[in-house]
Amino acid sequence: MNMHSRPADPKKLIKGATGDWEVVIGMEIHAQVTSNSKLFSGSSTEFGGEPNSHVSLVDAAMPGMLPVINAECVKQAVRTGLGLKAQINNRSVFDRKNYFYPDLPQGYQISQYKSPIVGEGVVLVDTADGQIEVGIERLHLEQDAGKSIHDQHPTLSLVDLNRSGVALMEIVSKPDLRSSEEAKAYVTKLRTILRYLGTCDGDMEKGSLRADVNVSVRKPGDDFGTRCEIKNVNSIRFIGQAIETEARRQIGILEDGGRIDQETRLFDPNRGETRSMRSKEEAHDYRYFPDPDLLPLEFDDAFVAELKAHLPELPDEKKARFVADYGLSAYDADVLVAEKETAAYYEEVAKGRDAKAAANFVINELFGRLNKEGKDIGSSPVSAAQIGAIVDLIADGTISGKIAKDLFEIVFTEGGDPRVLVEERGMRQVTDTGAIEAAVDAIIAANPDKVAQVQAKPTMLGWFVGQVMKQTGGKANPQAVNDLLKGKLGI
Amino acid sequence: MSVDQATVRRVAHLARIAVTEDEVAHLQGELNAILAFVEQLGEVDTDGVEPMTSVIPMTLPLRADVVSDGFYPERVLANAPAAEDGFFAVPKVVE
Repeated sequence: MNMHSRPADPKKLIKGATGDWEVVIGMEIHAQVTSNSKLFSGSSTEFGGEPNSHVSLVDAAMPGMLPVINAECVKQAVRTGLGLKAQINNRSVFDRKNYFYPDLPQGYQISQYKSPIVGEGVVLVDTADGQIEVGIERLHLEQDAGKSIHDQHPTLSLVDLNRSGVALMEIVSKPDLRSSEEAKAYVTKLRTILRYLGTCDGDMEKGSLRADVNVSVRKPGDDFGTRCEIKNVNSIRFIGQAIETEARRQIGILEDGGRIDQETRLFDPNRGETRSMRSKEEAHDYRYFPDPDLLPLEFDDAFVAELKAHLPELPDEKKARFVADYGLSAYDADVLVAEKETAAYYEEVAKGRDAKAAANFVINELFGRLNKEGKDIGSSPVSAAQIGAIVDLIADGTISGKIAKDLFEIVFTEGGDPRVLVEERGMRQVTDTGAIEAAVDAIIAANPDKVAQVQAKPTMLGWFVGQVMKQTGGKANPQAVNDLLKGKLGI
Repeated sequence: MSVDQATVRRVAHLARIAVTEDEVAHLQGELNAILAFVEQLGEVDTDGVEPMTSVIPMTLPLRADVVSDGFYPERVLANAPAAEDGFFAVPKVVE
């Protein structure tokens, strides 16, 4: 589907005083490449570290220092391009993007302008209203800048160059997004793909993934409006808020008969507003030219084929496999593949077991509990083997689904082998018909009025089931209780 | 191609080079002389000729991804006009 001709979706329009408006969004994502050393120098990329310790004389732009490109960063960019189903360019060129700022010691950023390493691709994004295709315009390699700290000193800005020269992939989308929800879903999906590929850790808190968001508005069916770029939004939630805020600002101006100035803006989450960043457009004259210190980057098809052969299974393929092989719903499969670690955990639980039962337990019990504790799968106190044992105990009738919840809680908080816990704490469900029958008879004998009621209104059966479960300490097999009650009450 | 005086001032500003008013006319002349000199290259027919990126036939060398440099903040800061707690210290810049 050609997204540029995608008809406006009434559900996604924003109501204004003069009618409905459509928001058009394109994104530039800066993703820090996972590598040991920097793009053009041998200093460390590790986060943190004493100020200016992960800095070489190349990063500090001392005179005479020359850049030498890191082969792994090139591979990571190609892997990412392959993951985005994109055109890989066997020849690309590094350019200098010139501007002055204290955290850019070279006075220019080495980037790729006219000839990027990766061309057009596509990302499939699932939204509440179905799947959309988001076009990728390009991906290029560039250097990150250092970090300026403005709030530590009354009259000085402090500069740390540890991040200076770390490799970034700038991933530019086409203006294919039509709501803040779509934009958030796109970044989430892109982050998942990068994490699967192992080319970026996607850690937004540490700045490994940052978004510049281009926003414009138009009346449905009109040409694109003038866009504003909101720089450096560093969480998925803020991306959504920044788009909503900026779209409303632009609609307000247009409805008052004003005009949108193309400019760079900053989102302030505390004040819930975007504001202009630079007054002088002159600052944008980057005077790009090919970097004379670097030859064009060239590789052959075999280089690309080798990387392609070793790509991991990506989220879309994994989801399709979970649906086809495990019989999971698309929704459950989506939840499980969102993180590579979660999918691997699930597959370990599902191995040799009822895959749907395993998915239900992992999603409903484990994820629910982890969320409550603010933990992720990596810090789960319950192992896949322990969950598997609980699923087995349900499957062989040792415990009921209800007891399983109690058992899971014990395993989650205290640990231990579920099989041993069931025995030690007497948690086996009672399947002995004699014992259940005794309880059923007692309840029926003690409640003649209810018996009369249930015979008139069979939905009352639940009350009897509840009483029997109470009597047996919740350990009676629910199916056996149901069957016995129905037989004895004649319903 | 030639530049006017406004362009000279703009280029100087972009390059953060302080140029006084009475230098502008002189610099305009120098820049235009350089541009005219380079423009002579346009007389050569380069149709079908690949741009030359190096005088020796080689491709961009790649290095292995190993940490082999850094961990000397004192050397990095040695020439800094001002430093604070291991940071470069510069006049406050907030956009």
